[in-house]
Amino acid sequence: MAQHLKTMSVLDRISGKFQNIILETHFFRGDETVLVRKEAIRDIMNFLKSDPELDFNILMDLTAVDYFWMFKKPRFEVVYHLYSLVKKHRIRVKIGVDDREPIVDSMVSIWPAADWYEREVWDMFGIQFAAHPNLKRILMYEEFVGHPLRKDYPVNKRQPLIGPKN
Amino acid sequence: MFGSESFLTSKLNDMVGWARKFSLFQYPFVTACCGLEYMSVACADHDIDRFGAGLPRFSPRQSDVLMVVGTISHKMAPVLKRIYDQMCEPKWVVAFGVCTCTGGFYDNYATVMGIDTIMPVDVYIPGCPPRPENVLDGLMKLQEKIQHQQQ
Repeated sequence: MAQHLKTMSVLDRISGKFQNIILETHFFRGDETVLVRKEAIRDIMNFLKSDPELDFNILMDLTAVDYFWMFKKPRFEVVYHLYSLVKKHRIRVKIGVDDREPIVDSMVSIWPAADWYEREVWDMFGIQFAAHPNLKRILMYEEFVGHPLRKDYPVNKRQPLIGPKN
Repeated sequence: MFGSESFLTSKLNDMVGWARKFSLFQYPFVTACCGLEYMSVACADHDIDRFGAGLPRFSPRQSDVLMVVGTISHKMAPVLKRIYDQMCEPKWVVAFGVCTCTGGFYDNYATVMGIDTIMPVDVYIPGCPPRPENVLDGLMKLQEKIQHQQQ
């Protein structure tokens, strides 16, 4: 019961303060998720890190989802998983990113771990991160054209550096 | 074998072939899961040393068998070709595991569909990963090939 109260309190604390930028929240079996506006991501992340009650000091994961076949607007969603080593609670923050303007503020100045995660999202999905120190491909090679994990990239299309183009 | 070969040179051929097949210096180019199977072949239970191939040399200049173990991606392919080019004659290539034989279960943007698209291969050892006994069988086939080729 105390566990239940503790986990709900993260959402309570931020929904009071950021009412105009939080679009939706849900809480399922101990997982809290909050969907926010793209423009205000920096403010909410700074608050999540610096607030002494919440104290999210680790960015566990930063990834993206492509809802192309579900015809959802906006097409991409960038998902952040945060964890607090001190308070031992987690939260998932999602932001909707549109196809025509795939630029998001970089989280590198807040959590340095975001560096390579954002490079992977750029490489695989094509979402740019403003003010990232070194935004270049990390998994694919520089001559590769396109972003492979987008749903409209053909699965079998290879771009070999050497050898036959099958 | 016929015609221009005399008795002495064919015996010399066999002797050089015998020497070469029982002193294989391999370059285990290990990238993925097949590497564990390679390690188990090289260690005590299924010993690769009893076939003379027990000393891996991690330099292309010093080895004669390039064992490509594990999946090769398109990013890695030019590096592998370069390693192959740096080896001196006589050299042989063993494709270890299905990822190197034909691409394995992968059919995507990143994997080379078989290393024989970029270099000539002598022995293919299929399996995901191949059993150590399979690997030893492949090695013996390679030795047979080395014995019977023109030295």
